[in-house]
Amino acid sequence: MTKREYKPLGKLADLPEENRLVSGHRLCAGCGPAIVGRLATLAVPDRPIVINATGCLEVGTTLYPYTSWAVPWAHVTFENAAAVASGVVEALDKLSKEGRAKDAPVIAFGGDGGTFDIGLQALSGALERGERFLYICYDNEAYANTGVQRSGATPFGAATTTSPAGKVIQGKQEWKKDLVGIVAAHHIPYAATSSIAYYRDFINKVRKALSQDGPSFIHVFAPCTFGWRFDTSQTIQMAKLIVDTRIFPVFEIENGALRINFKVPNPKPVEEYLKTQRRFAHLLKPENKGLVELIQRNTDENWERLLRIEAAGKIF
Amino acid sequence: MATTQETKQKMMELTGDQAIAYGAKQAGIDFIAAYPITPQTIIVEKLSEYLADGMINARYINVESEHSAISAVIGAELAGARGFTATSSQGLALMFEELPVAAGMRQPLVMAVAMRALSAPINIHCDHSDLLSVRDQGWVMMIAENAQEAYDQTIMAFKIGEDPAVQLPVMYGIDGFIITHNMENVYTLPDEMVSSYLGVRKPMYRLDPDNPMTFGPLALYDTYFEFRRQQHDAMMNAYQVTKDVFADYERMSGRKYSPLKNYMVDDADVLIFAAGSTVGTARQAARKLREEGVKAGVSGVTLLRPFPIPEVIETFSNVKAVAVLERMASLGSPAGPHYMDLASAVYPQLDVRMYDFVYGLGGRDIDWEMIARCAKTTLSDAEHKRPNEVRFLGVRE
Repeated sequence: MTKREYKPLGKLADLPEENRLVSGHRLCAGCGPAIVGRLATLAVPDRPIVINATGCLEVGTTLYPYTSWAVPWAHVTFENAAAVASGVVEALDKLSKEGRAKDAPVIAFGGDGGTFDIGLQALSGALERGERFLYICYDNEAYANTGVQRSGATPFGAATTTSPAGKVIQGKQEWKKDLVGIVAAHHIPYAATSSIAYYRDFINKVRKALSQDGPSFIHVFAPCTFGWRFDTSQTIQMAKLIVDTRIFPVFEIENGALRINFKVPNPKPVEEYLKTQRRFAHLLKPENKGLVELIQRNTDENWERLLRIEAAGKIF
Repeated sequence: MATTQETKQKMMELTGDQAIAYGAKQAGIDFIAAYPITPQTIIVEKLSEYLADGMINARYINVESEHSAISAVIGAELAGARGFTATSSQGLALMFEELPVAAGMRQPLVMAVAMRALSAPINIHCDHSDLLSVRDQGWVMMIAENAQEAYDQTIMAFKIGEDPAVQLPVMYGIDGFIITHNMENVYTLPDEMVSSYLGVRKPMYRLDPDNPMTFGPLALYDTYFEFRRQQHDAMMNAYQVTKDVFADYERMSGRKYSPLKNYMVDDADVLIFAAGSTVGTARQAARKLREEGVKAGVSGVTLLRPFPIPEVIETFSNVKAVAVLERMASLGSPAGPHYMDLASAVYPQLDVRMYDFVYGLGGRDIDWEMIARCAKTTLSDAEHKRPNEVRFLGVRE
C-alpha cells in the first residue's frame, strides 16, 4: 500500500488553492454538511476520491447536468457508502500497482441517518475488514434531506417531524447512539469526533485519519439550520456552543487510547445551547424543567465517563 | 485429463459452481466481493482456494451481506476493475436495490446466480423465482443449461458487458443443486486463449483524480427519462453484441451458442419452451413423443435479456402450439414470466396458441413423462381452441 503521511497543518494558506466543493450547489444557506464536505476535501494536497451516501450532501451537490465536485465522486445508494468505498480502495490499490490507475486517498461521507442507522452494517463490515479509507459521518441529527425525521443521532427531547413535541410526548424519547463507541469497538487505528466550528481540529483529524494504514472514522458535528430552526448566520455558533456545553465532546481515539482534545474547563449549562434552537423550544417550558435537568445530568455523566476512559489509557 | 485436437481444450470434471469459478479465474477478474449462500457457496469457496494458492491475481473481500457484495463490486468497477460476484435466492433479493443502480451507472460487472426458490417457506432447492423476478432491471441475462454452458457463459459475460456499445452488467443463472452441485465433464479453454480474448478491462470512465467526474448524480424529470432511454438503446445493442460474442466463442471453442437453443423444431407441431437444466429433459420428452408420432420440438432460452424476439418469431412461425414451462409462479399474473415474454414477442404477428405450466418449485423433480403430457395437453387445448390457464405440474392439490 502506498504510504501516506500528512503532517499537522501549518498555515491556512498551506491548504490547496483549488476549491474542491465549488459554489453553485443547492444546499441551504448556512449548511453545516457543506462546510464538512469543503474542509474535508481540502484537507490534504492530493485530490481524494469521494464516495457519498444518499443524503443532503449528495443530493444538494449533483443535480444533473451540474456537479459541485471538483474531485472524483460517486454516489451509489444510502446504506452502502462503506461497502462501495471498500471496493474502490481495493481496486485502486491493485490497479495502481499494475500501472492501470492512479492511487488516491478515499473518503466516504455519510449523514447520521446513513451512518448511525441504515449504513451501520456496511460500516461495521468495512471496519472489521480493515479497509484503508476515511469514513466521515456528518451529523446534523436528523433525516434532514427528507424533511427532518428522527434518526438514531437525534438528541433526547428534540422535536422532529417523526418525533414531534405534542401534548403528551415532548420530542424524541431516546438518547443519541454512542456511534464512536461502536466504531472504536472495532479497534481501528483512528477514530475521532470534531465540530465544524473548529476547522483546524477537523482538518488535522482528516490529515491524521488519511495517514493511517487502516480504516479511520470521524464523527463531525454539522448543524442544520433548516431542521433545527435557527438563523442561517448561526451555524458556526451552534457548532461551538455544543462543544462549550460539553454536550458534544471533541476527542480522538488513536491506537486504542482516548484523548479529549478540548477540555472545556468552564462549561456552559446545556440550557444555553437548547434555547438557541426551536427544535428544543418545548423543553424550556416550566413544566419541562425536569427534562432539561435530565439532559444536563446525562451530559455530565457522559463527560465523566470519557474522563475515566481517557485516564484508563489504551483500552480500545 | 483429455485434450481435444483442435483447440487444446482440457476436459475437466467440474460441478457447475466449480466451472463458474474456473471461468472467472481465467477471465482475469480484478475484484471479487461475495457472501455465502447455498447453493452458490462452492463458487466463492473455490475462488477463495484459488486465492489462497496464489492461482488468481484478484482482490477478494468477504463482505457482511449480499447488499455490500454488489455495492463493493460497483465501487471496484467505478475504480476501473473487472468485478465479479455470485449469489442466489434471498441474496439476490437483498441485492435488489443495487441491481438497477449497477445498470443505471453502466458498470459491466458480472454475477452468477445459482437459481433457488425464494422464501417463505425457506427452501434451498432449485426454481427460477429469484432470477426471473429481477428480469427488468437493466441487466443482460443468460441462463445456462449445464456446467459447460455455465463455464462458457462466465467468459462470454465479460465480453458482452464490457463492449463499448453495451456497458451493462451481466447476470447468468444455473439451476441450484441440479447444476451447481453435479459433476460433469467440462471442456475448458487454455488460459492464454481466454486472457487474450478478454484482455484487461479498459473502462470508458472511472474515478480518476486527474480527471474528476461525478458518478451517480441526481436526475429529475427533465433528465432521468433520457438516462433510461439510453439504457434501452444499450440493451438493444447488447442483442447484436451477444450474437457476435456467441459467434466468436464458437470459433474459439467449437461450441455453438444462440439466443434460443432449438431442437427438432423444423417440422414440429408442438414446441416445448423451457429454461435451465429442464431443456435437456424436454429434449428427451420430444424424442419420446416423436416415437409415438407426435411431432414435438424444444426451444430453450439462453438469452433472456435482451429477449430474442426475432428468433422467437422465426421459431414459432410454423408450429401449432407451444407448451411453456415456468419454474416460477407469477402469483396473480395472467401467466408466468416466460409466457408473458413470448406472448408479447409473437403478438400480433403470429397465430400460435401457447399454454403455461408451472413446475418444479422448491426443487420438485420433473421428468420427461410429465413434459410429454404437457405437450400433448397443449396440442389438444390448441385444437379445441381452449383458453390458457396457469396450470401446476406435479403438485398435490
